[in-house]
Amino acid sequence: MSPTMIKTAQAEGHHDEGSTRLFGFWIYILQDLFLFATFFANFAVFSSAYSSGAAPKEFIDLGFVLGETFVLLISSITYGFAMIAVGKNNLSATRLWLCVTFLLGVSFISMELYEFHHLFAEGAPYLRDAQGNIIPYVNGIDDGKGGGIAAYWSAFFSLVGLHGLHVTAGLVVMVCMFVHLGMHGLTARNKARLGCLSLFWHFLDIVWIGVFTAVYLLGAL
Amino acid sequence: MGDPTAAPFEALEQVPIVLYTCLAIVAIAVLVVAGILLLGWWRALWHNWITSVDHKRLGIMYVVLAVIMLVRGFADAIMMRTHQAMALGEGSGYLPPEHYDQIFTAHGVIMIFFMATPLLFGLFNFVIPLQIGARDVAFPFLNNLSFWLTFAGAILINISLGIGNFGRVGWLAYPPLSGLSGSPDTGVDYYIWSLQLSGVATTMGAINFLVTIFKMRAPGMTLMKMPIFCWSAVVSNALILMIYPVLMAAYIFLTLDRYLGFHFFTNDGAGNPMVWINYVWVFGHPEVYVLILPAFGILSEIVPVFSSKRLFGYSAMIWALLVILVLSFLVWVHHFFTMGAGVAVNTFFSIMTMIISVPTGVKIFNWLFTMYKGRLRFEPPMLWCMGMIFTFVGGGLTGVMLSIAAADWAYHNSSFLVAHFHHTIIGGVVFAYLAGFVFWFPKAFGFKLNRFLGIVSFWCWFVGFYVAFFPLYIVGLKGATRRMQHYLDPSWQIYYIVMVAGVFIIAIGILSLILQLILAIIHGCKLKGNLPVGKADPWGDGRSLEWSVSSPPPPYNFAIVPQVSTTDAYWQMKVEGKSIKTSDFQPIHMPSNTAAGFWIGIFALILGFALVWHIWWLVMLCFIGAVASFICYSFFGDHDGYYIPAAEVQKREEAFARIEAKGRKA
Repeated sequence: MSPTMIKTAQAEGHHDEGSTRLFGFWIYILQDLFLFATFFANFAVFSSAYSSGAAPKEFIDLGFVLGETFVLLISSITYGFAMIAVGKNNLSATRLWLCVTFLLGVSFISMELYEFHHLFAEGAPYLRDAQGNIIPYVNGIDDGKGGGIAAYWSAFFSLVGLHGLHVTAGLVVMVCMFVHLGMHGLTARNKARLGCLSLFWHFLDIVWIGVFTAVYLLGAL
Repeated sequence: MGDPTAAPFEALEQVPIVLYTCLAIVAIAVLVVAGILLLGWWRALWHNWITSVDHKRLGIMYVVLAVIMLVRGFADAIMMRTHQAMALGEGSGYLPPEHYDQIFTAHGVIMIFFMATPLLFGLFNFVIPLQIGARDVAFPFLNNLSFWLTFAGAILINISLGIGNFGRVGWLAYPPLSGLSGSPDTGVDYYIWSLQLSGVATTMGAINFLVTIFKMRAPGMTLMKMPIFCWSAVVSNALILMIYPVLMAAYIFLTLDRYLGFHFFTNDGAGNPMVWINYVWVFGHPEVYVLILPAFGILSEIVPVFSSKRLFGYSAMIWALLVILVLSFLVWVHHFFTMGAGVAVNTFFSIMTMIISVPTGVKIFNWLFTMYKGRLRFEPPMLWCMGMIFTFVGGGLTGVMLSIAAADWAYHNSSFLVAHFHHTIIGGVVFAYLAGFVFWFPKAFGFKLNRFLGIVSFWCWFVGFYVAFFPLYIVGLKGATRRMQHYLDPSWQIYYIVMVAGVFIIAIGILSLILQLILAIIHGCKLKGNLPVGKADPWGDGRSLEWSVSSPPPPYNFAIVPQVSTTDAYWQMKVEGKSIKTSDFQPIHMPSNTAAGFWIGIFALILGFALVWHIWWLVMLCFIGAVASFICYSFFGDHDGYYIPAAEVQKREEAFARIEAKGRKA
């Protein structure tokens, strides 16, 4: 029996690998959604738990975050272009649009890191005593050097940070996809991989809309 | 506050029990490894088991892990029970509070996450693909990875025995006790990281099984023709998918509290410990259904086989499962009626809790009607099932008592509650899983476990359970609280002494089970590991597809993927007198083994350890190692698999057909 005949015989008995992978990825996204849902609920619970820390109003720069938002939304569009290129079997266009998406993703993460750094530099998240001094928080890592972080800001950094970590993971996978494309080109398996990453990327966009609304728009009120 | 990582070897140096236990465990481990090396089994172990992606072998490895953890968790139970029997008056008993608190925490965590859950995944792994007529799970590599992450979690939790200590916080680790203020050392960190590992593994497993069941069923097997065990797996895995992220989130928050000075569950900084309690029970209550629904599934497979009747109320069973899926999310507050959520909230959750017992009742009646006018055979699996039905109903009834919010003020945190959930978990989950274990054992190895020892095991567990836990109900009503290191009322002591007797009766049950396994291992050693192919349906009257293939099944499960037209597909084949196909086989595609899962598991284990002990360079190294292993597997792993040639399939199927023909003549 020739290899092609074997492949056809298998195709009948076997389910399509790409569609199984994609279905599995949808289910993964579902569980990730529950993770984000918990973080959102957590943020809602602590949304006014400032204690002696600062309120977010004075620190949120809506214009800057809007910029961040647009960078991420545009990266979703450019990923869409990459997927169109995949559909046309156009390897170089796929690479180009993936590159653009990657750069936009990196800009988003850089902007977010800058924002976090800025918040800490301003001392926004720290708990303070009656004189306004930061209360040092003794724990395993800082041993008295860092300050305790108020519940509101704890929820803020964990929710925004979780999204940021997801985007970072997406960027790492994107780097891997460049290698995969370099090794084998647009094979069925690589197309399935790109399809999963596409789901992931758009999913993170949708989550960001939630973050932007719940954390930043409501926080700036 | 001092350095949390100070004095890691304090327990070894100062507590002799810990030292001797650790020495014994290390000695046994060294002996096992030396034995494997001396006998030259290392290669076989590596190629056939550690790197295997075969769902049947992974299932067996999960069960082995679960049995070992059962012994560990049960040792904790014996220590607690014997201690409490002596613990009349302050300073009595042999376990200091510091040690006793670690033991009840470890007992709960190990029994739920490292005994029941691996046993469940062992059964899922072994049975589901065979029942739906598939050749493997949807993602064989992820399956292997899930096992090794679970393994890493189990090892990490056991390392806490010797190095440092374990949490002293109970199995759901309520803050602020579990926060830095209440637990400044690394015990809770062991708890967090071992459960994070097992949680990730369980979630991946759930994704895998859902995709397997939805995408890989044999042609013709519509959802309403699927065996009930697979249905229960769908519901249980869907629950896992929704609740494990909540637990993971809660652990992330607690980690941030403990490591980075965040304030989620603290008393200061506007934190709120009750938020944690809501998270863990939004996880925790559906979690008990994650465990019990497959137990219902197992009963629904076994009772018809040993009643020689089809299952009564197949679709009612499925709807009952689905109703529980929804209701299980609406009862969590009954774990803390005493929080003071107000009359309206407590009433709602009280009523929902009563309602959830209705679909469970439906199932009980379905099994009883299946048995009604059936031709019952009292083989060990059936004994376990009948013991489960009888005991579980009792546990359910005390659950309804607890569901009354006003009365719960009296029961809350008493040992009445402890007796209740052991009643449902031992009587429900453990009995049913053991039923499944005994039932599918001959499918996995081609021969049955010793029948006499099996019956002894059942009766010891059954009687031992009642002796061990009914006194606990009584002392609970008398006012004994749970997690009590000592008590002052002398009239309680006799109850605790009776409980010890019960525990030792259960111990005989566990020993019989282990003896059964030792006999099986001796049998296997005599045959030098080459188990002969047994007949397809060793219990007789098997109904679902797993009984249509040889025992043990060939690596590819089904030489020809079966066409299904009814529920109880194998039964239908027997009714129609379909003969086994013995020629014209095609080569069969198989996934290749990989060591990536094993290495990622090892990296994850060291990562967890480094996180517990704040060894940051090792954390970075292992994290990068784990991610890099995964990425390298995606680049260089063998994703194409290989083909089992038609001639080999032919050979195996002919051997199987000969066995079957001989069986029919006899």
